[in-house]
Amino acid sequence: METVLKRISSEWPRITIFHPIWKRGFLPVLLLMLWHWITASGYVKPVLFPSPESVLQAFIEMLGSGELLGHLSVSLIRVMEGFAIASFMGVGMGMAMGLFPLLNDMIEGILQMIRPIPPIAWLPLAILWFGIEEGSKIFIIALGAFFPIFLNVLNGIRQTDTKLVEIAQVLEVAKLKFTLKVVIPGSMPFIMTGLRVGLGYAWMCVVAAELSGGMRGMGYMLTDARSLAQTDKVVVGMMVIGLVGKAMDGILRLVEGRIVGWRELYTGE
Amino acid sequence: MAGVVHRGIEHNEKPHLMVQNIYKSFSGKEHDLPVLRNITFNVAEHEFVCIVGPSGCGKTTLLRIIAGLETNYQGMVILDEKPVMKPGLERGVVFQEPRLLPWMTVKENIAFALPAGSSIVTQKLIQSLLNLVGLSGFENAYPNHLSGGMAQRVALARALINQPKILLMDEPFGSLDALTRLKMQKEILRIWEEQATTIILVTHDIEEAVYLGDRIIVLSDRPTTIKEIVEIGLPRPRKRADSAFAALRQQIHQEFSGESLSHY
Repeated sequence: METVLKRISSEWPRITIFHPIWKRGFLPVLLLMLWHWITASGYVKPVLFPSPESVLQAFIEMLGSGELLGHLSVSLIRVMEGFAIASFMGVGMGMAMGLFPLLNDMIEGILQMIRPIPPIAWLPLAILWFGIEEGSKIFIIALGAFFPIFLNVLNGIRQTDTKLVEIAQVLEVAKLKFTLKVVIPGSMPFIMTGLRVGLGYAWMCVVAAELSGGMRGMGYMLTDARSLAQTDKVVVGMMVIGLVGKAMDGILRLVEGRIVGWRELYTGE
Repeated sequence: MAGVVHRGIEHNEKPHLMVQNIYKSFSGKEHDLPVLRNITFNVAEHEFVCIVGPSGCGKTTLLRIIAGLETNYQGMVILDEKPVMKPGLERGVVFQEPRLLPWMTVKENIAFALPAGSSIVTQKLIQSLLNLVGLSGFENAYPNHLSGGMAQRVALARALINQPKILLMDEPFGSLDALTRLKMQKEILRIWEEQATTIILVTHDIEEAVYLGDRIIVLSDRPTTIKEIVEIGLPRPRKRADSAFAALRQQIHQEFSGESLSHY
C-alpha cells in the first residue's frame, strides 16, 4: 500500500505531455482533424457538413468583403447595450431586494412569474413597442441577461456569512458601512458569476432575436446563409459567435480575478 | 489558599458585571430544552474569570448572552449598572474562529470598527495594537496568508481597538496547536495586565483555566447550572509544574467529571 502511494505521488507530476499549451490545445486539434477526416472521406454531402477548408475559405471571403465584421459589430453593440442595461437593472434590483425585505416581498412574486417566460416569446410585443431593429433586440437581450444577474446578486447578498454579521453587531458597525464593507464584497463572487452567465444569455438572445427578424447582425447572417444553402457561412457564423462569446467571458474572468482575488478557489487538484 | 488573594468584590462597591438568574432554553419539537438555569455570578473590574464546563453545556450561549448576541432569555446581565440589551463596543468579543473579513488586510480588519479615514492617531493606535499582539510587519497581509494563531491575534487586536471594558473570549485558543496555545495564553495575560481590562474566557481546558483565571466558574452538564466557583489564589506567573497548580487542576477536574484524577 505504502509503495503504491509513493509511486503514484512520485509519478504524477512527471506527465509532461500535459504542458499548458497541450492541455488546452489537444482537444480542439483532435476535433479539427476528425472534422477534416469525416468531410474528406466523401461520405457526407458538403452542403450538410462543410469541410474545415471551405469554412476557412468562406471566413476569409467574408472578412475581405466586410460582411462578417459588419454583422458582428451590429450584434456586438446590441449585446453590449442590452448587457449594460441588464447589469445595471440586475445588480440594482438584486441589491435593493436583498437589502430591503419589504421591496423583496412586494416584487419577488411578479419577477418569479416573468422569469419562466422565454425572452424570445416577448419578441412580437417588443417589435410593436420598440421597432424591428435595435429597440426590440436590445429589450430581448436585456431581459434574457437580467435574470441570471439579478438572481445571483440576490443570492450573493443572502449568502452573507452570519459569523461576519455578528462581528459587525459586536463592533456596532452602522448598516451602510456594513453593507459596503461586508455584504457587497462578500457577494462579489456571486455577482461576477451572475454577470458571466448573463453575458452568455445576452449572446444567445441576440442571435435568437436576429434569427427571427431584422436585416442585420450575426443571427440575420445565419438565416440568410441558410436560405441560400451556404452552410459554410453558417458554420463561420456559429464559430465566430462562440469565439467572441468566449473572448468576452475571458474579459469578465480577468475582472473577476481582480475583484475577488482574496478568494481561494478549489481547482479539483 | 496559598498566594495572593484575588481582587475581589468583598467591599460594598457595585460589581462591574452582574449576571443574574439567567434561564435560557432552545425550543424543541415537543417541549423546550433548557440549556441554562439559575446562572448568577458577579465579575469585578480587572478580574480574569474563566468559565469551564463539558462540551454542549451552554458555555458559549452564556458568553453570547453577555455579549448581547442572544436576546431571547430570562434573567438580567448588568454591566456598570446598565442592563445589557444588545452588543456594544464596551464589550469586546473574540470568537472561536478569527472571523476576519477575507477581502481586507490585517490593518483594515483591525480598523474595521473605527470611523472611516485614517488619522495619525488611528494609525498609531493600530501600530501599537499590532505590536501588542506581536504582528507588526503583517499589517498589509491578507487573512488567507495567516496561520491560525496569527489570525486569532488579529481578531484579538480588532476586539481591543475600542478599548473595551470587558473582553469576552469563546475558546479563543481551542483550534490552535499546543505550542501556539501555550504562547497565546502567556500573551493574553500580558495584554490583560497592559490593557487593564476585565476578561471572561470560556474554555473546556481545565489547565488553561487554572493558568489564566482569578476565578473559575465550573458549569454542570445540561440543564446547566453553576456547580462551583473556584478561586485561584496562585501567584502569577503560574507554573504548571507546581504542586499547588496540580492540586487545583485535580480539584476542578473532580468537580467537572465527578471522578478522581489521581492516576495521572
